[in-house]
Amino acid sequence: MPDSRRPVWWAALGGLLALALGTASVVAQSAQETAREIERYREAVADSSPGELWEARGEDLWKMPRGPRNVSLERCDLGQGPGVVAGALARLPRWFADADRVMDLETRLLHCMVTLQGLDPAVLRRQPFGNGEQRSDFEALSAWIAAQSRGMTLAPPLDHPAERAAWRLGRELFFVRGGTHDFACTTCHAQSGRRIRLQELPNLSRPEEARRVLGTWPAYRVSQGEMRTLQWRMNDCFRQQRFPDLVFGSEVSVALVSYLLHNASGAALAAPGVRR
Amino acid sequence: MADPMRIRARIEGDQCVVRVLIGHEMETGQRRDATGRLVPAWFIQRVTATTGGRVVFSASWGPAVSKNPVIQFSYAGAKVGDRIQVTWVDTRGDRRTDEAVVSA
Amino acid sequence: MRRLLARALSALQRTSARALCLVLGSVALSLVLAACVVGPPQTMPREPGDAQRVRAALSASFVARGQAGLDRLEQDLAQRLCSEAEAAGKPLSDDRVQAIERENQALIRWPAAGTPLLGDWRSGERIAQSGVGRQWSDAPDVPAGGNCYACHQLSPDEFSYGTLGPSLLRYAVLRAQMPRTELERYTYGRIYNPQAWLACSNMPRFGSHGILTQDQIRDLVALLLAPDSPINR
Repeated sequence: MPDSRRPVWWAALGGLLALALGTASVVAQSAQETAREIERYREAVADSSPGELWEARGEDLWKMPRGPRNVSLERCDLGQGPGVVAGALARLPRWFADADRVMDLETRLLHCMVTLQGLDPAVLRRQPFGNGEQRSDFEALSAWIAAQSRGMTLAPPLDHPAERAAWRLGRELFFVRGGTHDFACTTCHAQSGRRIRLQELPNLSRPEEARRVLGTWPAYRVSQGEMRTLQWRMNDCFRQQRFPDLVFGSEVSVALVSYLLHNASGAALAAPGVRR
Repeated sequence: MADPMRIRARIEGDQCVVRVLIGHEMETGQRRDATGRLVPAWFIQRVTATTGGRVVFSASWGPAVSKNPVIQFSYAGAKVGDRIQVTWVDTRGDRRTDEAVVSA
Repeated sequence: MRRLLARALSALQRTSARALCLVLGSVALSLVLAACVVGPPQTMPREPGDAQRVRAALSASFVARGQAGLDRLEQDLAQRLCSEAEAAGKPLSDDRVQAIERENQALIRWPAAGTPLLGDWRSGERIAQSGVGRQWSDAPDVPAGGNCYACHQLSPDEFSYGTLGPSLLRYAVLRAQMPRTELERYTYGRIYNPQAWLACSNMPRFGSHGILTQDQIRDLVALLLAPDSPINR
């Protein structure tokens, strides 16, 4: 992971300001300054976010015939009927009868690539997240599909028993401590108003905080120069928790995404967003 | 093969405002990969915009410009329907040109 | 909602009855929609099978990678009891708190007799700054850091500190009334294994879980206690 890719310029700016003034009271001020600078950056790129590059590629990937069967994804059913993309993100994760399991957006895309296009799931799972020139089709497709739900209200269904079971499993998993450091999701995301270094942490069990965050995923991460999906977010949180590698589209990943997106139910969708 | 640029050109008052989003890694040559090896420099050195054979914007870039850069400039004397071409050339000698039509 | 009603009332004054029905219809619809988005099913009760499903789901959803093996999913007593209590939203019983703290007290390893508990605070500062270590993406042979600044304020020169843990600014100054030997042992043990004092602490058990060596922990003790450490200046 090229975490050290490039210093984030506004953090550096905030750092210089605080060092120049150098008192404790300035720290809170500089944290605000940092938040303001991030907001300024968001506004500056609002109608030309680098995320558009992923959206454009995602649209091509959706419509391009690919795989051994040489068909496009235009017959893929994201829950609103084959080929319906508008509003799909607002109603995911959901239970799919054809797979008899709950799927989030990326898991469903994987399913469609395998069942419609005949692509090899083992190969697809090897490149779920982009890294510079090695790009991920999931990130591009997710970006484009998310953009087709912009402005809609997040309302994933909870009618099917499997959907309720996934939410309940996600809630249990949220509390599981493990690894060398005893970390659980709750270590960082069960209190309001706390930070890691200068990074503010949302309390994800509180609906108002979950809504503020989850409506913008997938999101363009400026510090990485990559489009990131919730599957990436789950995987990278567990990496930092010192857990083993979370399998893309696994039961745990989908259950946690279900838990978080239901907690954020009612959020105005504004994805792909722009994040630190 | 590099991604197409996203170019928007719009008349605002007596100016044409152009916004260009370029997909490029913009490697500084100072970053190390996971194994500790330096990733070689690879960045856009020159960006040029022309309309009707006239250069309306040009820039020489170094490694300080971010990955996937966004640029904005404006110029006078444009009218709706004009075509504007933007070209970049990077340190590998790769280049790409894309075109947009000026809108109201 | 009040604005919608006002709109409906003004509509009443100037439109036909049919249009009014449409307006009232949309008020009703927005009421229904508002009811639909009240939020997550926070009140959905836990069911007996839920906790059991966690173990099966975990082992089906992770693969070993780099230095992070599947053994990291196996919970010890503290991890199991703390997760369970937090999921249930109930505090641990006194018995269990004592069981966890007793077990973790027994896991503390002290430096050989005669070795000072204070190491080098400058090295401690570097350990406190470093977040490297124990992730599957980390080289296993590179010494881990303590990443103390992620959660704690320590040196006043470092403004980029987290707030998940308490501020440790002026740590020794504020504890000047404590006998020095006792304070040194407490500080060493508290980093080596926080759960020996506080069951279900959010802080990693740096010594017991092999994240930091005894010498690294001694350097951190110096960072917290040395009179010339920036924390106490």
